[in-house]
Amino acid sequence: MANTVRVDVVSAEEEIFSGQAEFIAAPASAGEVGVYPHHAPMITTIKPGALRIKLPDTAEETLIFISGGMLEVQPGLVTVLADTAIRGHDLDEAKALAAKAAAEEAMKNKASDMDYAKAQAELAEAVAQIQAIQKLRKTN
Amino acid sequence: MAGSKEIRTKIKSVENTRKITKAMEMVAASKMRKAQDRMRAARPYAEKIRNVAAHLSYTQPDYKHPFLIKRDVVKNVGLIVVSSDKGLCGGLNTNMLRLSVNQMKTWETEGKGIKVSAFGSKGLSFMTRVGADVQSNTTGLGDVPHLETLIGSIKVMLDAFESGEVDQLFICYTKFINTMKQEPVMEQLLPLSGEKMGSPEGNWGYIYEPEAETVIDELMTRYIESLIYSAVAENMASEQSSRMVAMKSASDNAKTVIGDLKLVYNKARQAAITKEISEIVGGAAAISN
Repeated sequence: MANTVRVDVVSAEEEIFSGQAEFIAAPASAGEVGVYPHHAPMITTIKPGALRIKLPDTAEETLIFISGGMLEVQPGLVTVLADTAIRGHDLDEAKALAAKAAAEEAMKNKASDMDYAKAQAELAEAVAQIQAIQKLRKTN
Repeated sequence: MAGSKEIRTKIKSVENTRKITKAMEMVAASKMRKAQDRMRAARPYAEKIRNVAAHLSYTQPDYKHPFLIKRDVVKNVGLIVVSSDKGLCGGLNTNMLRLSVNQMKTWETEGKGIKVSAFGSKGLSFMTRVGADVQSNTTGLGDVPHLETLIGSIKVMLDAFESGEVDQLFICYTKFINTMKQEPVMEQLLPLSGEKMGSPEGNWGYIYEPEAETVIDELMTRYIESLIYSAVAENMASEQSSRMVAMKSASDNAKTVIGDLKLVYNKARQAAITKEISEIVGGAAAISN
C-alpha cells in the first residue's frame, strides 16, 4: 500500500473531492505549499487558484480550481475548505453596501416605529385563515 | 334547464384551478427533492469547519476572537429573518414571522433595540410594513441558494456585531424535520457558545500561516457564513415541502368541489328530463281524451 493521506475538499454548497492522495499542492496566501503524508498539523488561508492532487496509481495530477479558502492539515487528514465565491475585502464591502442600499430603498415608506399590535394582528389573522381552511377540509 | 349552463362553467373553472394546483404540487415535489439534496450537501462543510473552529479555539486560548466573547450588557439585538421569496406555501412564513415577532416583543419590553436583516422578500415586505429597523436585505434567492448572494447581508450584521452596534445575533428560519413537518426555530449565532462547537477530537498545535489571528478571523467569518447558509438551504427545503403539502390539499379540495358541483348538475339535468317527460305525457293524455 502506497503512502497516502486522506484529502477532503468541501465547499459550503457541495462536497467536491474526497479520497486518498499521495501528494497535494495548494496556492497558500504566502506561496504554494505542498503536503505529503505525515505533514505537521498546519492551517493556512489559500488564494484563488488550482489545487493539485496526486492520486495513487495514476501518473497525472487531478486539478481542482477553487476561489480561495482554507487548508487544514491534521495527522492523516487534509481538509480544504473551499470558498464558493471570489472573496476580497473590497468585494465583500461592495456586497455589504448593496445589501444596505437595498434595505434603505425598501425602508423608504416604512412606519416610524415598529407596530407590534399591527404585526401580531396581521399574523393572527393569517393563522386563523389557515386554520379555518383546515377545519373546512376536515368537515368535507 | 335552469342554471345547468352556469354549473358547467363553474365545474370547468374549478377543473382549471385544479390543473394548476396539481402542476404546482408536482413542481414543488421535484424541487423539494433537490432542495433536500442541497441541504445535505452543505453538511460536510459545516461539520468540517465546526471541527476546525473548535480546534482553534481550544488550542489558542490566549487569542479570543470577538465572536466568542460574551458581552455582559445586551443593549441591541440583531435578527436575521429567513423567509421564502414566493407565497402559496401554507403557513411557512406566517409561523416563522410569528415566532420572530413574539421574540421581538419580548426584547422590546426588555428595552433592547432590534436590527433586522431580511433574507427573502416575504420577510422583508412584512418587516418593512410593520416598521422594523431593516438594516440589510437579500431577495430573489431563486431555487438554489448561493453563498455569494448572501455574503453582503451577512457582512452587514457581522460588522454591526464587531463594531458593537448589536451585542447578540439571532437567526430565525424554518427547520426541515420531514416532508410533512417543518418548524420555525430561533437560534443564537453570536456570540458563539463553546458548547455549540463541541470539543475537538485529538489535541495538537497547528503551524499557522500567515499568523494565528488572521487565520482565525477568516475561519470564524466562514463558520458563521456556513451556519447562515445551512439555515437558508434548510428553509428552502421547508418552503418546497410546505408548498407541496399546501398544493396537494388545494388539489384535493378542488376535487371535492368538483364532485359536489357534478352532483348538483346531474340533479338539475334529471329534474329537467323528468319535467319534460311529464309534460309530454300530460300533453298526449290531453289529446287522446
